[in-house]
Amino acid sequence: MAFDKMELKDIEVWDGNFAAAQAMRQSQVDVVAAYPITPSTPIVEGYAKFLADGYIEGEFVMVESEHAAMSACIGAAAAGGRVATATSSQGLALMSETLYQASGMRLPIVLNLVNRALASPLNVNGDHSDMYMIRDSGWIQFDAFCSQEAYDLNFIAFKVSEDHDIRLPAIVNQDGFMTSHTAQGVKTLSDDAAYGFVGEYKPMNDMLDFEHPVTHGVQTEEDWHFEHKARQHNDLMTKVMPKIQSVFKDFEKLTGRKYNPVEKYNMDDADVCVVCLGTSVETAREVASDMRAKGIKAGVIGLRVIRPFPFFEIAEALKNVKAIAALDRSSPNGAAGMLFNEIAGALFNTDTKALLSGYIYGLGGRDLTKAHLVALFNELQANADAGKVTTKLQQFIGVRGPKLAFL
Amino acid sequence: MLEIRWHSRAGQGAVTGAKGLADVISTTGKHVQAFAFYGSAKRGAAMTAYNRVDDKVIMNHEKYMEPDYVLVIDPALVFTSDVTINHKESTRYIITTHMSTDELIKAQPKLAGKKVYTVDCMTIANDTIGRPIPNTPMLGAFMKISGMYEMDFFKESMKRVLGKLPQKIIDANMLAIQRAYDEVK
Repeated sequence: MAFDKMELKDIEVWDGNFAAAQAMRQSQVDVVAAYPITPSTPIVEGYAKFLADGYIEGEFVMVESEHAAMSACIGAAAAGGRVATATSSQGLALMSETLYQASGMRLPIVLNLVNRALASPLNVNGDHSDMYMIRDSGWIQFDAFCSQEAYDLNFIAFKVSEDHDIRLPAIVNQDGFMTSHTAQGVKTLSDDAAYGFVGEYKPMNDMLDFEHPVTHGVQTEEDWHFEHKARQHNDLMTKVMPKIQSVFKDFEKLTGRKYNPVEKYNMDDADVCVVCLGTSVETAREVASDMRAKGIKAGVIGLRVIRPFPFFEIAEALKNVKAIAALDRSSPNGAAGMLFNEIAGALFNTDTKALLSGYIYGLGGRDLTKAHLVALFNELQANADAGKVTTKLQQFIGVRGPKLAFL
Repeated sequence: MLEIRWHSRAGQGAVTGAKGLADVISTTGKHVQAFAFYGSAKRGAAMTAYNRVDDKVIMNHEKYMEPDYVLVIDPALVFTSDVTINHKESTRYIITTHMSTDELIKAQPKLAGKKVYTVDCMTIANDTIGRPIPNTPMLGAFMKISGMYEMDFFKESMKRVLGKLPQKIIDANMLAIQRAYDEVK
């Protein structure tokens, strides 16, 4: 190979950004086209440095906008290379048109999305507004709760996304700053083990295969458009989750680290439970353990896979719970929160009598404290005891001013 | 769980210091976390950085902290920001200043009755490294007050953390760490 290998310690102290950059190096990404934006900048900066230092055989393309960054990624993926990039917030918003192009053209691209609030008002800190904005764009979406998972999920994302039965782009989400700039111990893979897991890139219908000319990015009107979209949805609904499960299994065999589409914590006999995303999952797990010591049977569900939505898995996980809180770190701006709606949909035709309430929290990086979560679990227990939701269905956690509650 | 809060100005190396400390501690088998609040991210702006250390995996991602140690690496921050916020009975303060501990407490009465230690990391950094980068000397002072590690082990570990810097700079940092260790009161 024409590049140098890097010796890593078994455990390195890395933040989520550096963990993602290292995973991109170890996966030997051929092309990264990027327009850096806080807080995701160090990911593509890291790739560029590894490339300049001779640790990668690839290409870093500097472009004039995020729209151009994803466009160049689409071109490179269509040409037949392993492709990745990173962005956040406004960058993702500008990319959004091309995200639909990438998934519709069935191009495997890995996007590290470092979750950040959307303006206005301008804010660089972590919330899930950007993640939610593009949730129907046809990309597979994984969610990391800490830097170890940002590292691991990159390898998993390449392997799922590039599979010839899948060929759909994948996003690896991590919380801006709370993961991306928080250094923790990350158990590493050797360069050989990591590359061995992801495997050599095998192109399909690549434009640079001149023996087999193909057309990409075509126009279809009412004659074929619906069939293309339906087939893409069909693959997301039927093929992607089994593939993710099998890649999770392969990864567990290699590393001992087990991932599940729905990550359950203390759920076996839980009366009350919180469903959330990102770093909040880990903080909630710690508080759930504390609540057990106080006699409240608390559990936590974290979504590892957001798209395709694990509809049946989440219904199964919640079937014996008495009171559920859906925590959304994004303003729904005139509706119930995304997780509230998805969970309600998953539970509606089941026998469960669980009480579901929604909470909006953490916008623009506002802290979710352990004290908040203690109060939340107590409120859920009160609901379970009363046999009804004792509050409005939608409340806000940690916002100043008069208490806000709706629905 | 051991928790540390750093008060610094952006550019003085609190993040590097917090990450370097986490790196050293991680090699001893403990679990670590290092993060920061960047605020408006302008060089010179007041900012805070944080460490958590525990025997088990650290799952707590809240930003709220009642620190065991407060490390202040810019002398003016004692007066312009509240370094005693979220104080608990056992919190210890290590503060960069040219003043003695008594003079400092007289100048900032909020510190009265608290466990306060002082060291002049600015002068030490200027004398040894030749630049006012007070993060590594603060780590030397922290080793003395916390008794966390033997100096030999800590300095060897820091040599590895600083590995990519020129030898002259590494040597100067070692001098700075030792001087702060010896001089903190």
